[in-house]
Amino acid sequence: MVSKEEKPKLIRDDGLRHDGRRPDELRPIKMQVGVLKNANGSALVEYGKTRVLAAVYGPREPQPKHISLPYRAILRCRYHMAPFSTHERKSPAPTRREIELSKVIREALEPIVISEMFPRASIDIYIEVLNADGGTRTTSITAASLALADAGIPVRDLVTGVAVGKVDGVIVLDIDEVEDMYGEADMPVAAAPSLGKITLLQLNGVLTPGEFEEALDLAMRGIQEIYKIQREVLKTKYLKVKVEE
Amino acid sequence: MSITPSSDYIIPKLKAETIVSLIKKGVRASGRGLEDFRELGIVTNYIPNADGSAFVKLGNTQVIAGVKLELGTPYPDTPNEGAIVVSAEFVPTASPLFEPGPPDENAIELARVIDRSLREIKAIDLGKLVLIPGKRVWVVWIDIYVLDHDGNLIDASSIATLAALLTARVPKAEVEGEEIRVDKSEYTGPLPMNRKVVTVTIGKIDKIMLVDPDIEEETVLDTKLVIAVSDDERIAGLQKSGMGALDKNEVLKMTELAMKKGKEIIEVVEKSIETSTREASAEQATRKLREDSEDTGMKGENEEETSQ
Repeated sequence: MVSKEEKPKLIRDDGLRHDGRRPDELRPIKMQVGVLKNANGSALVEYGKTRVLAAVYGPREPQPKHISLPYRAILRCRYHMAPFSTHERKSPAPTRREIELSKVIREALEPIVISEMFPRASIDIYIEVLNADGGTRTTSITAASLALADAGIPVRDLVTGVAVGKVDGVIVLDIDEVEDMYGEADMPVAAAPSLGKITLLQLNGVLTPGEFEEALDLAMRGIQEIYKIQREVLKTKYLKVKVEE
Repeated sequence: MSITPSSDYIIPKLKAETIVSLIKKGVRASGRGLEDFRELGIVTNYIPNADGSAFVKLGNTQVIAGVKLELGTPYPDTPNEGAIVVSAEFVPTASPLFEPGPPDENAIELARVIDRSLREIKAIDLGKLVLIPGKRVWVVWIDIYVLDHDGNLIDASSIATLAALLTARVPKAEVEGEEIRVDKSEYTGPLPMNRKVVTVTIGKIDKIMLVDPDIEEETVLDTKLVIAVSDDERIAGLQKSGMGALDKNEVLKMTELAMKKGKEIIEVVEKSIETSTREASAEQATRKLREDSEDTGMKGENEEETSQ
């Protein structure tokens, strides 16, 4: 691991970031849906070098049955990092971080799934981080929401995630691993863009109330941009299905 | 794997409806105002064998935070800093819903939220906890023990953690070359602190915000936002916790309210530590007088209690 004393310059003299992006610029984003044959819905999403696969199974009977709820479907969510996804091999056993992230990701998706339509059922969301380069939880949420839509599960909106941060005193959009490691703050945000509802909000780092408001605004703008791509990908898939008919 | 909870705390529907309709009128079932914390009692030095400790009673929620300093190796990316480890146990004494076993996602979330609130702002001056640079440092183990659950575990734990850290002391350690001799019967001084941080949890129901939700209120909340507030009035961490959603203006209103309440809570913690330190030294002085005159030979550690 690199020592903290060897902190690279995160904002260059020309005002651009270490990878040449403007402060309010996203990494190149790629999305695909229906990438798995067996899952009811799936998606592969890339934010720069961060690559996440999400699969949805269900609604189906939960195992064990007694965990079901009589008035709605339960959501089961696992966020997991593949052993080869990090610089040093990560043990496949779940870490405390992965347990916490599984919870906050589930809680970010709960508000949009119309779970009352499937009492006693389970909707299972499996997220695999294939390559980690910062922003894995927010990429995961974008992917999981696409996979839910791809599975045909009724949702109120999509959920879109992006992490903003403060690096060398500047509030920047879609931080990568280097910016996360050496920056002053990392703030993952996810929202249902059409509903204008924030469903995930975390902050690791320190911000003044003014910086926080600026960061939240920047995140919401980034979310709208990513949301457009999400909708486009889903639309393209269903147009193709129509043509095939 | 995280699963939609199916065995949450249950209250009668009628009661839930009453709580909600009262909140909408701006009052709470307990008679508290929407921005009022429950009664807060803090006892520092509660655990004689810990290097710092605090027992906190927030309404009927009871939490102990214990701080222990042990020798350890630094993290490879911070060779010249001590380390912090925060863990939380939801003890089965605390609730019919808590089972013995490894920490569940709620306990892990609580510990990690408190860990983050201290880490990035450098609440503890870890640079002063180095014994042999790059090799041996003090590891600050913060263990949070939830004894009785009546809601708002995160804030109660955060207050206990702050009180325990502010009263914690660094054991005496003698470094001779590569050898370190620790003598826990003597202390070199207080744990070096840079900042004071507490979390303030704001619950939301409809458009209404309330602080310090009790367990019954927690069952009716749409969602809550945990905001870590520092004594220099910055936001030291955030965590939306719970299933619901918030809009931007609600988030901004919540952080604003949290900044105000956080400042108040930090003052309460400071004051209660001051009082208990004063009482402890008064106690010590009386004991010494008594011992000098009677020479009873009786000795005992004393705990000092203060209330808001």
